[in-house]
Amino acid sequence: MPLLDVRDLSVVFQRRGTRPVAAVDGVSFTVEPGQTVGLVGESGCGKSVTSLAIMGLLPRRGNTVTGEVRFEDTDLLKLRPAELRDRRGRDIGMIFQDPLSSLNPVIPLGLQVAEVLERHQGRTRREALREARGLLDAVGIPDPSRRLKEFPHQLSGGMRQRALIAIALACKPRLLIADEPTTALDVTIQAQILTLLKELVDNSGTALVMITHDLGVVAGLCDTVNVLYAGKVVERAGRHHLFAAPRHPYTDGLLQSVPRLDADRGGRLHQIRGSVSDNIPWSEGCAFAPRCDRVIDDCIGETVPLLGGALRCTNPVPKGVRV
Amino acid sequence: MSALVKIDDLKVHFPIKSGLLFDRTVGYVYAVDGVSLEIKKGETYGLVGESGCGKSTLGRGLLRLIEPTSGEITFDGTDVRALKGEQMRLFRRRIQMVFQDPMSSLDPRQSVQSLLVEGLRAHGLHTGRADVQKRLRSTLDSVGLPASALNKYPHEFSGGQRQRIGIARALVLGPELIVADEPVSALDVSIQAQVINLLGDLQESLGLTYLVIAHDLAVVRHISDTIGVMYLGSLVEEADGDQLYERPLHPYTRALLSAVPIPDPRVEDRRERILLVGDLPSPANPPSGCRFRTRCPWSQARCAEERPELRVFDDSGQRVACHFAEEIRSGDLTPHEVRAELVHPDSDPAEVGAELIVTRTDLP
Repeated sequence: MPLLDVRDLSVVFQRRGTRPVAAVDGVSFTVEPGQTVGLVGESGCGKSVTSLAIMGLLPRRGNTVTGEVRFEDTDLLKLRPAELRDRRGRDIGMIFQDPLSSLNPVIPLGLQVAEVLERHQGRTRREALREARGLLDAVGIPDPSRRLKEFPHQLSGGMRQRALIAIALACKPRLLIADEPTTALDVTIQAQILTLLKELVDNSGTALVMITHDLGVVAGLCDTVNVLYAGKVVERAGRHHLFAAPRHPYTDGLLQSVPRLDADRGGRLHQIRGSVSDNIPWSEGCAFAPRCDRVIDDCIGETVPLLGGALRCTNPVPKGVRV
Repeated sequence: MSALVKIDDLKVHFPIKSGLLFDRTVGYVYAVDGVSLEIKKGETYGLVGESGCGKSTLGRGLLRLIEPTSGEITFDGTDVRALKGEQMRLFRRRIQMVFQDPMSSLDPRQSVQSLLVEGLRAHGLHTGRADVQKRLRSTLDSVGLPASALNKYPHEFSGGQRQRIGIARALVLGPELIVADEPVSALDVSIQAQVINLLGDLQESLGLTYLVIAHDLAVVRHISDTIGVMYLGSLVEEADGDQLYERPLHPYTRALLSAVPIPDPRVEDRRERILLVGDLPSPANPPSGCRFRTRCPWSQARCAEERPELRVFDDSGQRVACHFAEEIRSGDLTPHEVRAELVHPDSDPAEVGAELIVTRTDLP
């Protein structure tokens, strides 16, 4: 049985006097225990909103969340706020993109880590702080006893992100959701954090949902990758499969348009024409159709279903075209 | 090919001021600390490095948007640092800049026409309405925007289009050198490719020279002829793009290259990885000797005493600032464990008690 089973999740934002916008439009995916699943897409594709919806962190007003988010046997969307609070941080941990704005600037780091342990595991302050020191040590923060008393602004970006990981992992959650955990960091620090995440996930058996725009990060980390476009999953595959033989023209275009470090210099990059503003609504066909090189008449008219649960395209890239 | 730009031992130091009544200078941030490089006519010089390494300051120092502390800049035979006031202002027509964030570098209350005309007026190139209209249209056309864009405002465009406007604003003055500071890092992958291609096309058709400043090594490698790697205010390595990838000499370059994720699981699974420990030391209080020695797995006693000069390594023209580049390459020197040092981003060289006083870094 999957650990997390997201079924037909939709998030519609609406403000008075404006047209409703479906940021997430019927997204389904599963996460097995210990598995690392990637959600990839460009800005506005709904990847972050998906994670917020799973965690129940969307604002109470102005949006409608439908579908099911089954974590083991419970539908998280049906839980009362108090019940959800008991689970957040205990069963599911989350790491956000910007570590500075996710830490409280006026509370010492130690207390912020200890707080989770006190809240969920009933530790006393003293026990929790001792455990917090061990956690900071485990995520590679040098001199943890001193760091416990320091404030977030006294740490560098990489150290803050490590602290955030320590908080997220404090209660040994079975699922960790990381929303662009390395986007704000430099590449050498990114490599440190990704290695750390990989180790922690491997050692603790925690399942990881990795949300990112960086295909390189996905290539090194995820077992299964979901590519999102305009609020829908357009392609899902194992990472080896996805990168070797992308079937959806969007995935294919995306992979070809990234300059690669190991490619020879030169030439023009493949470009996907237009921009997200050219999209058509899913109800009128494939949202990507106006930008797609492989568009045919069948692409417009009806919503394209997710074929075989893995590909949403009427005219996919033939198998074995890319070497 | 002749050098269009020559930078010699350029230093940009920012004073750290402290005090309530009197601004006492209590130290300096060594943002750029002795960089020498040459950019050839018609080439793309890529400057890479992580945040805080001084790459943007170097770009701005080149245009004297930030006044360098010392050093020489020669542009096409002109001593840039000797130019005064009005001369300097008019000189800037020849070097234009493209900024990172197209939303904040374009005035939201100016139409595209007014954004483009502003530069023309400033440089006395506004020579009659019909002429200017023609010039604007052809510039917009070259960056792939319709002429109807002239009467629109920045918010009406998407991110990629805004960056095109930023490029058009630089191009309209007919510059010889374009300094592009992180031109694509704010854009999505699919849009990024469009802008990178556009920069390449423009270089081909107009014979432009670029100084591209970016943190993304893959982007820099794709567009640059020559790549310079900066670390904590100085250039640690410089080479032809392919050469740098094939044979990185400086330990920092090696670590940087190995840290860039490659979107291919087959490559990712079996790559050599050099994980650096710790963080960038504070540029206000840089380590003695080699700046990189605190994180370098090959550092030796000599590295703490003597700062390595950027020297020519061999006939290929590759330059590296490392005492032990040969030994590391041949494998005679083996990496050792490095302990992470504590780095405080706000570490302050001021004396004890200074935290009671307002401290600020004075940016010009």
